[in-house]
Amino acid sequence: MSYEFLVASAIGVLVAGGIYLALRARTFQVVLGLTLISYAVNLFLFASGRLVVGRPPIWDKAVSDYTDPLPQALVLTAIVITFGMTAFVVILSLRSFLETGSDHVDGDKVPCDAQDGMAGSIAEDGEDTRP
Amino acid sequence: MAIALTLLTLVALPFVAALAIALLHDAGRALHSGIAAGASGGGLALLAMLSAPVLGGEVPSASWAWVPALGLDLTLMVDPLGLMFAGLILGIGLLVVIFGHFYLYAGEATGRFFASLMLFQGAMLGIVIAGNVLLLLVFWEMTSLASFLLIGFWQHKAEARQGARMALAVTGGGGLALIGGMVLLGLVAGSFDLATILERGDIVRASPLYPVLLGLILLGCFTKSAQFPFHFWLPHAMAAPTPVSAYLHSATMVKAGVFLLARLWPVLAGTGLYTGIVTSVGLTTMIFGAVVALFRHDLKSILAYSTISQLGMLVMLLGFSLEAAALAAVLHILNHAAFKAALFMSAGIVEHETGTRDIRRLGGLAKAMPITAMIATLAAASMAGLPPLGGFISKELMLYETPKLALLGLPWLLPLLATLGATFSVGYSLRLAAHLFFGQPREAEPFARAHDPGAGMWIAPALLTTLAVLLGLIPMLLAGPLVGAVTAAVTGAPAPKFDLALWHGVNLALILSLIAVAGGALLLWQHKPLLAAWERASLPDAKRMFEGSFAFADKWVRKAIVATHTPSLQRMLLASFSVIVLLVIDGAQAGGGVLTGGRALLPATPVAVVAWVLLIAATAAVVNDSRNRLRVLIYVSVIGLVVSLTFVQFSAPDLALTQISVEVVTILLLLLALNLLPKSPPLLSTASRKWRDGALAITGGVLVGGIAWAMLTRDPGPSIAAYHLANAKSGGGGTNVVNVILVDFRAFDTLGEIIVLGIAGLGIFALLESTATGAAGARLRAWREDMPHSPERHPMMLVVASRIVLPLTLTVAIYLFLRGHNQPGGGFIAALVAAIAFLVQYLAAGFDWSEARKRFGEHQLIAWGVLVAMATGLGSFLFGAKFMTSTFGYFTLPLIGTFELASAMLFDIGVFLTVFGAVMLALAQLSHIAQRAARAARKGGEGGA
Repeated sequence: MSYEFLVASAIGVLVAGGIYLALRARTFQVVLGLTLISYAVNLFLFASGRLVVGRPPIWDKAVSDYTDPLPQALVLTAIVITFGMTAFVVILSLRSFLETGSDHVDGDKVPCDAQDGMAGSIAEDGEDTRP
Repeated sequence: MAIALTLLTLVALPFVAALAIALLHDAGRALHSGIAAGASGGGLALLAMLSAPVLGGEVPSASWAWVPALGLDLTLMVDPLGLMFAGLILGIGLLVVIFGHFYLYAGEATGRFFASLMLFQGAMLGIVIAGNVLLLLVFWEMTSLASFLLIGFWQHKAEARQGARMALAVTGGGGLALIGGMVLLGLVAGSFDLATILERGDIVRASPLYPVLLGLILLGCFTKSAQFPFHFWLPHAMAAPTPVSAYLHSATMVKAGVFLLARLWPVLAGTGLYTGIVTSVGLTTMIFGAVVALFRHDLKSILAYSTISQLGMLVMLLGFSLEAAALAAVLHILNHAAFKAALFMSAGIVEHETGTRDIRRLGGLAKAMPITAMIATLAAASMAGLPPLGGFISKELMLYETPKLALLGLPWLLPLLATLGATFSVGYSLRLAAHLFFGQPREAEPFARAHDPGAGMWIAPALLTTLAVLLGLIPMLLAGPLVGAVTAAVTGAPAPKFDLALWHGVNLALILSLIAVAGGALLLWQHKPLLAAWERASLPDAKRMFEGSFAFADKWVRKAIVATHTPSLQRMLLASFSVIVLLVIDGAQAGGGVLTGGRALLPATPVAVVAWVLLIAATAAVVNDSRNRLRVLIYVSVIGLVVSLTFVQFSAPDLALTQISVEVVTILLLLLALNLLPKSPPLLSTASRKWRDGALAITGGVLVGGIAWAMLTRDPGPSIAAYHLANAKSGGGGTNVVNVILVDFRAFDTLGEIIVLGIAGLGIFALLESTATGAAGARLRAWREDMPHSPERHPMMLVVASRIVLPLTLTVAIYLFLRGHNQPGGGFIAALVAAIAFLVQYLAAGFDWSEARKRFGEHQLIAWGVLVAMATGLGSFLFGAKFMTSTFGYFTLPLIGTFELASAMLFDIGVFLTVFGAVMLALAQLSHIAQRAARAARKGGEGGA
């Protein structure tokens, strides 16, 4: 077993899981799928600097050999942006769920408010007119 | 410099006037028209100053670089052709302003009217004095837009809106073709400078692209000049107020196409292709327009079709590619501008005074309004080409040229058809005058109301008609030098010898002219039976065809959208993933098929294998158990942890720190969101769909894994890392190279990224802030807690522990921030850690407690962060360095010792503030909405009980 094999196969497994989940019919699963794909993408970008053990890019007079710092810098911001994207998608799906009463993304018409956890509907709102 | 200033003022004056009128839109009509008249008059004065040197052979020009990379310069030049058109635009513009002042009623939106008119005037002026073809295109598009505003001025009328839309669609569409043609022309000629292009006609005509660019440019000219079969927008544009029609038809808009044909004459004309297309289109338009005009009843419609016909004649003359024909065209441009503006204004007067434009209801008006009758009759006579008026001379010149060109190899065909067109021209001109002003009134009511208007309204058309008469009586004195100079400018060669006069002796042109006049009189005499025959014949309606084709395109585009753009994310993603997988397969085959490279492999430790197994198992669990949402979050955090460990193992301490702190906030976020989403929804996918998606997922996974393997087993190519490593300490003042790259070498990237993050935070705020109302608000109020809750809302142990931890965590954040330039850490990581410290307070003590003690606003943090980062970058300008250049120095403080301060640290503060603000905004907002919903539900429940 080499590190290269472990990392490459892990990336492959994450991508497979991510694609499968992203193709599911509900927003939360799609978010999970995107999260897995993001892990894989970040790992992949990071791995483009090749796997190097024990040579962090912290400059020192005594050291002459380092790993490639550029992919690390790119991936660092990518991780933070991934969070921003995930947060945005989560909120977007939450808002669409609140707006329509459905968390489906399959395009098929579903009766709104017919789901668990949201048994109450606008009809109950009759007496509650607070803003 | 004086020349440059004059030219710039000339073209800027109308725009300044438009702006001034628009700003003073509440002021009175007199002020609006006064400004417009002043601007037009001022422009005329400037032009008069220029006219002597221009006619003397100079070409005043000035140029400023605008976008040199594109070849777009702000070049202005006035040659005789530009001078003549600018004179028409400004002169007739001035008369139209005067006429419009009296034509519009006091209550109308005169501010908008005159502002649009000035905008249009400026755009037209720009076309005729632009010295760069790209600049010309800018003004060309502007005329399409401004004419849209003018034609649609009476917004409440459906026909005005339709007419404006049609004009914009046709001329704007032609404008697109023209852009293509002009860009090709510039590329072929090697310059976008007009003067240069005009000298390179041979190169352009020899180019294999010549037919393409010719076709595109002609398309632009023909649509603008309402040539058959693009003529139909012009009659509908008469929905505009009459002053606008007078302007559009005589000196501007439709003349822009003719102008461009004349402008590019030395470059494009002379080939068989050019002569064939332009001559035949012009001839067809001339005859077609004349025939239709004969049978129209609306005064403005008659005039609109006559314009189409007259423009056809101009286009045909330019198509001949003969210098003498170009001369005839130049003269006729002047004639047409004079008589057509006069006729439109007369039609406006008639409508103004009688309340109708229907020629079938009018008649005998010469008795009621003699001044108008005289003006309009003389103008119509000039249009008919009757001696001794200007129209006669230019028509004679036209007929004189026709035998020189053999159409379809038949030398007699062109004279015959041209005479036919001229015959119908005489016919509709005579009918217009005769049916309107002579004979008996057809209906009593309009006639009874009719009387001559005040001098303010008839002075403008009277001046124009005088001009049309003088152009016939003293043509050489009035227009000879101008026509000669303009012809020379059009053809790019010295003007041919010419003599403008009414009498040239008996020649073929005179005979043809006499035939035309006699035929026209015959048409007038036999108008009634001819009209009956015309109305029996059912003819295709261009407007209906235009609308039909629009509806057709609309229908099919809708169908295509519905077919391809389904509202299903699943299907869209499936298509995207499939395409990507196919592309990767295709690319892999091109790679040569060798999967494993020659790089030496690193043997894995047993711990690493265990971590790998954990990751695979957690991924499988996420996929397998994805409907149990709470448990899934635990699996996801296992994956995140293993990824962090991976970064630790492979020499990336910064990434590990970032990943682990992002992991915490991500899980918090998902937990909060899950609170409101359905917890364990029923199964939706069918088995076959699962198999299909599974197959695609495995294919994708194998491919990406294979690519990763292929990459990892090969040595990297040359990298710029060596530069970063060598200069981090000496140039950036830090030993943590990753951080130096982020805040120094590639700080511009980082700036963009924190802005994106800030926008995401604000977007989340916008999405959640408005949930309280509408359907979402109703659902939130109807929401019931469906999770088991601890009986104790805020456990004492957690609250106390979190408060003790807060200063410690913040200290860690500050420490991470300060050392970031030299050791793992930095603004990103510190911000995430600090955010976690505060979020723990929200978790432990509740939203209200924490919110009440918070001393910062997330929006301000984001804004300040971006501003600080940008200010740091801009600060380097103060020292004469490039954007984002950093500096650093060493300072000594008692007790602490020597330390380093880099300007990049200030940038990192900006990063810190933005990331911190965005994370806090996202999570606090989300917890807030959940809180609000819970509270609303609780209150609702109490109220119900």
